[in-house]
Amino acid sequence: MRNKSRSILLIVVVIGIVLALLAWAISLVLNRSGDPEAKMTQAITPELVSKGEYLARAGDCVACHTRRGGKPFAGGLGIESPIGTLYSTNITPDEKTGIGGWTYGEFERAVRRGINHDGSALYPAMPFPSYARVTDEDMEALYAYFMQGVAPIEQANQVNDVPWPLSIRWPLAYWRTFFSPSPESAAQSLAAAAEASHEQIARGAYLVQGLGHCGSCHTPRALTMQEKGLDESSAAYLSGSELNGWAVPSIRGMAHWSQDELVDYLGTGRNAKASVAGEMTDVIANSTSHMSDEDLHAMAAYLKSLSAEQPSKGGSERSEATASKLTAATDLSLGERLYLDNCNACHFVSGKGAPRVFPQLDGASVINAANPTALIHVILAGAQTPSTARAPAVLPMPGFAYRMNDEEVAELATFLRQGWSNDAAAVTAAQVHDVRQSLAHGHGQAKTTIEPSQGER
Amino acid sequence: MANITNDEVDVVVVGLGWTGSLMSIELAQAGLKVRALERGEDRNNADFAYPKPADQYAYGVRNKIMVTPKDGALTVRHNMHSTALPTRKWGAFVPGTGVGGSGLHWTGVLIRPTPTDIKLKTYADQAYKPGILQEDMRIGDFPFTWEEMEPYLDKFDKICGLSGNTGNLRGEIQEGGDPFEGPRSNPYPLPALKDTLNCSMFAEAARKLGYHPFPNPSANVSQAWTNPYGNQIAPCNYCGYCSKYPCLNYSKASPQTAVMDALKRMDNFDYRVNANVLKVELHPDGKTARGVTYADADGNIVFQPAKIVVLAGFQFVNVRLMLLSGIGKPYDPITETGVVGRNYAYLSNGGTTLFFKDKHFNPFATAGATGQMFNDVSPGNYDGPSLGFIGGAKIHSSQATGTPIGTALPKGTPDWGQGWKEGMQDWYGHSMKISISTGCMSYRGHYVDLDPTYKDPWGQPLLRITFDWKENELKLQQYLRTIVNNIAQELSPDSYSESFLSMDSHWDITKYVSTHNVGGAVMGESPETSALNRYLQSWDVHNVFVPGGNAFPQNFQANPTALIGAITLFSAQAIKEQYLKNPGPLVQA
Repeated sequence: MRNKSRSILLIVVVIGIVLALLAWAISLVLNRSGDPEAKMTQAITPELVSKGEYLARAGDCVACHTRRGGKPFAGGLGIESPIGTLYSTNITPDEKTGIGGWTYGEFERAVRRGINHDGSALYPAMPFPSYARVTDEDMEALYAYFMQGVAPIEQANQVNDVPWPLSIRWPLAYWRTFFSPSPESAAQSLAAAAEASHEQIARGAYLVQGLGHCGSCHTPRALTMQEKGLDESSAAYLSGSELNGWAVPSIRGMAHWSQDELVDYLGTGRNAKASVAGEMTDVIANSTSHMSDEDLHAMAAYLKSLSAEQPSKGGSERSEATASKLTAATDLSLGERLYLDNCNACHFVSGKGAPRVFPQLDGASVINAANPTALIHVILAGAQTPSTARAPAVLPMPGFAYRMNDEEVAELATFLRQGWSNDAAAVTAAQVHDVRQSLAHGHGQAKTTIEPSQGER
Repeated sequence: MANITNDEVDVVVVGLGWTGSLMSIELAQAGLKVRALERGEDRNNADFAYPKPADQYAYGVRNKIMVTPKDGALTVRHNMHSTALPTRKWGAFVPGTGVGGSGLHWTGVLIRPTPTDIKLKTYADQAYKPGILQEDMRIGDFPFTWEEMEPYLDKFDKICGLSGNTGNLRGEIQEGGDPFEGPRSNPYPLPALKDTLNCSMFAEAARKLGYHPFPNPSANVSQAWTNPYGNQIAPCNYCGYCSKYPCLNYSKASPQTAVMDALKRMDNFDYRVNANVLKVELHPDGKTARGVTYADADGNIVFQPAKIVVLAGFQFVNVRLMLLSGIGKPYDPITETGVVGRNYAYLSNGGTTLFFKDKHFNPFATAGATGQMFNDVSPGNYDGPSLGFIGGAKIHSSQATGTPIGTALPKGTPDWGQGWKEGMQDWYGHSMKISISTGCMSYRGHYVDLDPTYKDPWGQPLLRITFDWKENELKLQQYLRTIVNNIAQELSPDSYSESFLSMDSHWDITKYVSTHNVGGAVMGESPETSALNRYLQSWDVHNVFVPGGNAFPQNFQANPTALIGAITLFSAQAIKEQYLKNPGPLVQA
């Protein structure tokens, strides 16, 4: 009996090892995608470098590949993941610690296929499922920029803080095979979509799905962490998600904004109805505000082309009732009173604010989101517009964490979610408490704008 | 403490208030490497986020954002024969410091002088018979024409988002505006602020008596505004904390809201704070400056080499730096030689407070510039020549704030205790004021120089002001008092109290008037009577430019900021278009 069970165990272990070895061996094959020896098809010119710089902005490479207060592109930013903290790498052209020694083929494999210089699989914190859509032409421009347009910085990469056995990388090759398109298949689907749509929308799709990697935050993820859709063929694509506790809004259709308002928002972090807050502040500061009007219009046109649920018709009668009650200022609820004392100075009794300065609260998606975390976060910590070339003014909203306790913030947030035409569930003090705790741990603090050094061209 | 030499820049700008920020952005836009040195601390919108500034005691009483007397004291005397004493507490005027300077705490009344105001000497010579005006009066013309300066006034209006009613559009008089204003090339960028009760009452009474009231031109903007630099100013919410306060709503045009965010994005501009400039360093021949020396926060003495030096501090600071650095010849009132220090002028105010038991003025809901004024009593628009005095006044009913400390209460109300509380309960919000804000002529004996006794923490002499009221200004006060009280009677208050200068008044620096100190390094046609030419360039040291109220040869009844902004932009344009091509005196003496 004992011997028998022992031998069964032995057989199981042996089979297990054989399967694991086989899986590992297959992963090596899977990691052979692309050609590390591939060469550029053109010479690196200043024009190509500058095109690459623009594309690196569109891809917001600087955001993840720069640690707070660090040198641009030198890596070291800790990225929280379910398996531990991953640290972004040095992608400056430093020969020793960066990517200065990489061939074009190695660079292409890392960006579009998620395969590292040494042939191992990259964690999908690198958005290669999106970057797979980048064209060969743009890849060459990006390579030109990272080789010749970026200042080399000697800064050794930090080892990821992931415990064994989760730190074993070869299973990632399977994740990638299942969930990330190859550049070849991505090119086919983009070409097919382009044939079916307007040229501007096709350009927008390319930017939104590809370098923009908007889906990384705006598309919900499956249990296995892949985005539930990488393009418009999925209804889940860009349908909203959650990030570090923030409700990330759906950006399908954007029915409540005009195309121009979307362009204004992406270009400046503000428009007639809203001002940016949270993680998107850095995206605008470091990426979209640097893009051309033409490309921003293309992205906006593509987002507007996506089908979305019709927004509920605003109740203008309810809006007027709230404005009248706040104007009369009698028999106020605690939430209404707190609004008058703390918010009304800028957002006014109408909840309409002022164009490009004070965001409109009546109908705002951040207020009506099912998950009130982002709203609570903004009330507690405030927000401020980034300084951009198109709109340099930094317009801060102060945080009110020091002025209101959890119950008061909950009452205020509940008023905001149910005043005017807004229609969302009440907020509890416990929800406020949780956000306050996460703030105390430093979550969601906006980073400062990162300006890549321009001196070393 | 060490001696440090910085890298050379094209332009060093001393002071980062209105003139410093305007010069910096204009010259940086021309591609010059510009560095600003600010003696105070850095300040931005976030430092004054709602509701921090809503604190009368800290800001309005204790002058939280003003320069401390220790760092900015002056000495003051009434005449050449007395000994000046240092200011130990601010009173009549409150100079600012830090990024934004006095542009951070100004009220935001942005009104232009009239074409007659800028050619006052010419007007006086034509309209007044010899002997009518005082023999020691030393007024001058501004050395430019209305047509030359109007585009720059217009540009500054747009930088500030000026809100109000247009009075004279390219020669056409417009209903609701000031019919006495000079022709403007463009209408006001934004509509007027909302009137409060005092405004409509005053305007109605004034109109009935034949005057031409219009809303105070305001740089507290009435609607969201994006200015030519791309900066944004938010609509004013009438919070009641404006004059002496930083705006909690970024609604008041200031260096912060109107200039700095765009300026900070420029790679060829940087600025150092807590950098207290002690002296402009000249080349051995004394004809050009080679930079400035400043003390940094750690007490290091730093030399900042520069090709152009812009003195952009407050009026006192600029004149004092010129005197300390040997730029231009100091003024001597006895021999009437020298120019640096001459034509110091201030301004006077006064008014009548009207109490109405049954009216609610809601003074807490107001913008700093809220009010109505009329300009009928300005040079050339009333019969000054037969009355025997010159100058004018804005006559206005403004409601700048409703903060409780210092609320006007009827005569006989105790200043403290139960009686004061009862008075407050009965009368807070039940009064309005009709005020005057006058021009002020310059005189042979009114000047600034270096004090022989008192020194600053760096061992350098303080600036000394010699100034007092003259017969001309006191006669003007008596005349204005009659006009104000006629309007007051028209309004039939339950009671009123008045405050005007009597004919035997002396200058009192303990009670707040306004921070509109002017002159000392004035602009003019001749190096014999002015320190600066029309481009605010020193006649003596051609790479030193000195924008500011210091350049006014006398004070007019309008608030000074509009013209200070315009002459600064005019000077910047001259540097860009003329000086850079051919460095040297832009006007031949």
